[in-house]
Amino acid sequence: MTWKQVFTSSVGKKLVMAFTGIFLILFLIVHVGLNACIWAGDGGVMFTKGAHFMGANWVPRILEVGLFAGLFLHIIQGLMIEFANRSKRSVKYEIDYGNNGSKWYSRSMGLLGTLILLFLVLHLYHFWLPNRSNQGFLLGEEINLFEKMKLEFSALWVVIVYVLGCLSLGYHLAHGFQSAFRTLGVHNKRYNVMLSCIGYGFAIIVPLGFAMMPVSFYLGWVS
Amino acid sequence: MEHYHMNLNLKVWRQKNCKTKGEFKLYRVENISSEMSFLEMFDVLNEQLIRDGDDPITFDHDCREGICGACSMYINGKPHGPWQANTTCQLHMRAFKDGDTVVVEPWRADAFPVIKDLMVDRSAFDRIIQAGGYISVNTGNAVDGNALPIPKDDADASFAAAMCIGCGACVAACKNSSAMLFLSAKVSHLALLPQGNPERKSRVMNMVAQMDKEGFGACTNTGACEATCPKEISLTNIARLNKEYLFAGLTAE
Repeated sequence: MTWKQVFTSSVGKKLVMAFTGIFLILFLIVHVGLNACIWAGDGGVMFTKGAHFMGANWVPRILEVGLFAGLFLHIIQGLMIEFANRSKRSVKYEIDYGNNGSKWYSRSMGLLGTLILLFLVLHLYHFWLPNRSNQGFLLGEEINLFEKMKLEFSALWVVIVYVLGCLSLGYHLAHGFQSAFRTLGVHNKRYNVMLSCIGYGFAIIVPLGFAMMPVSFYLGWVS
Repeated sequence: MEHYHMNLNLKVWRQKNCKTKGEFKLYRVENISSEMSFLEMFDVLNEQLIRDGDDPITFDHDCREGICGACSMYINGKPHGPWQANTTCQLHMRAFKDGDTVVVEPWRADAFPVIKDLMVDRSAFDRIIQAGGYISVNTGNAVDGNALPIPKDDADASFAAAMCIGCGACVAACKNSSAMLFLSAKVSHLALLPQGNPERKSRVMNMVAQMDKEGFGACTNTGACEATCPKEISLTNIARLNKEYLFAGLTAE
């Protein structure tokens, strides 16, 4: 048996989705935690320190490469699975209530993921790209991300797109969090109940935290 | 329960074979007893069709007791019809009212090609079983039943998985046409018992490979299969299969 055989079967591909998904979940904790420094009430001093640590230090910058690798794997593999799954039923049902026992967001992971991807393109264009290009994609001078947030989040449409992006993320996580652990083989009922509770909590708290950032800037809650 | 009679309009999928395109045809059945089973209602319709010189509707059935897994109709948008934990043969006409229109389709999945009308080819399931859904034993005297101690909980969980009748409703309900509930029931029922232990790694790997070869989709844990399963096979079995697969994938030679 080769590693390729293990990770390219239908179950193996889902294992890759679960591993990368949990990796991205861990990233979200770091991201939301650091960004929450905008509410420190110090005009962005603490936030800028955090951003500087992440941007001007080799360790997080090397980890960033891993983050992009995980992200690409998750996106490309996810889209491939979605398209492959859709091709398995050439003739559709006339009436289809067969999905009655499932939640709509569990059936819409491909769509929700695509919405997150579209949001992500805008998000990287707003912050990551100008900052890294200013740095020459190495460890050069960073831009003031706090001021950049203030600027971008003064436009209502940007705030709305970010909030909708976070909503998509929330529903994606509501299924993805617990599904990832099921895919990794957690079948103990006590753990499943615990993980679904943590999953729903995570899917509400983390996207809500992110969504409150543009809203806070727009409404002037950040000094 | 009150006994009554009903007239129904049926919209049934007719298809000559897997190579031709199918279409819905409308039929009317009259004076159907509420105590008939759904398949008996189809028997009435078929007799009517034969009398009229038409081609009777082909559908799968065998035991008509809800235990063989042969019947396979997709009734009004649900595999095996509107009742929970029920097969088509055990669906009774009291589930319908006079004047109802009932839409009947075959299981729709490319891995289950239509043989004719409502009958689909589910031999893909047989080939998945052949790939590893068994234990290899030397023939000889039967072993004493209590010689091999098995915890009651494990025996119960194994038996609950072994309840799977292989009807394919899970594939029919799944948006991905995934056979994972079926496969996980077969893997779980052996993995939970000591007899299944020696071949556990090769079993899960070979059966998953065969499932992929047959053209079923990947599982996305939506739970539609569990909700529609006539034998209420638990989604937990899929997680157990994933564990078996991961363990085998990481440790097999």
